[in-house]
Amino acid sequence: MKMIMAIIKPFMLDPVRDALAEVGVQGMTVSEVKGFGRQKGHTEIYRGAEYTIDFLPKVKVETAVSDDIADRVVEAIQKAACTDKIGDGKIFVSEILSAVRIRTGETDADAL
Amino acid sequence: MFSPKRLFARLIGVMIGVMALAPDAFAQAAAKLDTGDTAWMLTSTALVLLMTIPGIALFYGGMVRKKNVLATVMQSFAITCLISIVWMVVGYSIAFGDGNAYFGTDISKLMLNHMGSDTLNGTIPESVFVIFQMTFAIITPALIAGSYADRIKFSSLLWFVGLWSIVVYAPITHWVWGGGFLSEWGVLDFAGGTVVHINAGIAGLVGAIMLGKRTGYGTENMAPHNLTLSVIGAALLWVGWFGFNAGSAVGANGSAGMAMAVTQIATAAAALAWMFTEWVLRGKPSVLGIISGAIAGLVAITPASGYVGPTGALIIGTAAGIVCYWAAASLKHKLGYDDSLDCFGIHGIGGIVGALLTGVFAVKAIGGTAGVLEGNVGQLWIQVKGIAFTIAWCGIATAVILKAIDLTIGLRVNDEDERQGLDQVLHGESVQ
Repeated sequence: MKMIMAIIKPFMLDPVRDALAEVGVQGMTVSEVKGFGRQKGHTEIYRGAEYTIDFLPKVKVETAVSDDIADRVVEAIQKAACTDKIGDGKIFVSEILSAVRIRTGETDADAL
Repeated sequence: MFSPKRLFARLIGVMIGVMALAPDAFAQAAAKLDTGDTAWMLTSTALVLLMTIPGIALFYGGMVRKKNVLATVMQSFAITCLISIVWMVVGYSIAFGDGNAYFGTDISKLMLNHMGSDTLNGTIPESVFVIFQMTFAIITPALIAGSYADRIKFSSLLWFVGLWSIVVYAPITHWVWGGGFLSEWGVLDFAGGTVVHINAGIAGLVGAIMLGKRTGYGTENMAPHNLTLSVIGAALLWVGWFGFNAGSAVGANGSAGMAMAVTQIATAAAALAWMFTEWVLRGKPSVLGIISGAIAGLVAITPASGYVGPTGALIIGTAAGIVCYWAAASLKHKLGYDDSLDCFGIHGIGGIVGALLTGVFAVKAIGGTAGVLEGNVGQLWIQVKGIAFTIAWCGIATAVILKAIDLTIGLRVNDEDERQGLDQVLHGESVQ
């Protein structure tokens, strides 16, 4: 099982969600985060006091998928979230050791 | 040659002259309750109270970081409660009781014992006058708290505000409005440029310096957490200020109407002046800028509101917008004090600008006294004296009170508590 974590631009969440549904992904967890890579921040001025805001709002999408569809899921996210501009984000894939469905107690592949 | 007719004519002439010059004396001889005046003053009182709660509470609350917002609004609310009682017990008596040139010594007014339902003050009930003035006594320390934001202990603030109200606010009120020496000298302050704004501004500056800068000042992000709240607060201040300035006419009359008109003009001019100045110098017109400009205009027109006309108001507002922008955005950073919410930059400097320009633009036909532009150059010097004495007493007494509190219970929260945020540390609460 793989955990796929994608940091994307906030307004790309809907396209990514639709793309994941098309690949057969049933569930995901979404959080609002802040971060930066190569995209520059901006400056705000309050009564003469300047603040450089480095962190930009982003959205993190996490979804646990079975190994056989992992590559397709990554490709789907990448295509859906791409705007060809700096700041589009990144996708990380990591290995899941085990999974449990809380309601029924099912494990691993049955839990996804 | 003696002529009864000429003597009689002369007597009539003198009487008319005296009546024209001192209508109050004749009015008081037959003073009775005027329902129009009373209705307006009741309304004004409510408007000015709204300026503190929730006006200042929101204005300041939106400007601090989220971890301190509850502590900030708590200050306004608690000050309202505390000063209400202090004013009742002793403040009113010191400010408006008969006494000497410096403070009232009229013990009959302690605890408002003199006040019955039918007691009159001119054409309005004494009760209305007392509470109207109370709302001024309330807002002044609420303004000061802006300089101390994010780092003062709540207990220390309460002690400071209570003592300051008795030792600084009430006496200075007496000097200007209670028959004291500044009014004897002819200082013009219609609604509190010296009593409220210069007073608050100086106390704010002294305290900001004595408290020291906020931890992380200059390096950390201390941007306002919610300017929407500040805009709502500023709007409540603007509208409420009609009660502050027009209400200081203590009557539903032309003076009140003109005060309202010049207040509106000066405020709008100042807001635009700050906004355009910032737009040119910094590239973007900011929300914080336009509302700060509006407040600067409101402050500056306060002493002038009963004495100047529309054109004077326009110039006063424009000057305040530009000068206060410079004070908040430039002077503060150059001199290096942390006046967190610019109480001195806007209320102190704005009050000084307004008090001085009152002496310049006063129109005899409007408020009874001429200013420099009408040939009375001496009025400007009188204004300077009024400003100087206010600054001197306020500055010294504030420093002494703060030092005494610092030596006993301490003024400031410790570093770790300041980092965590006053809401949790002082009040055990937070906004999510």
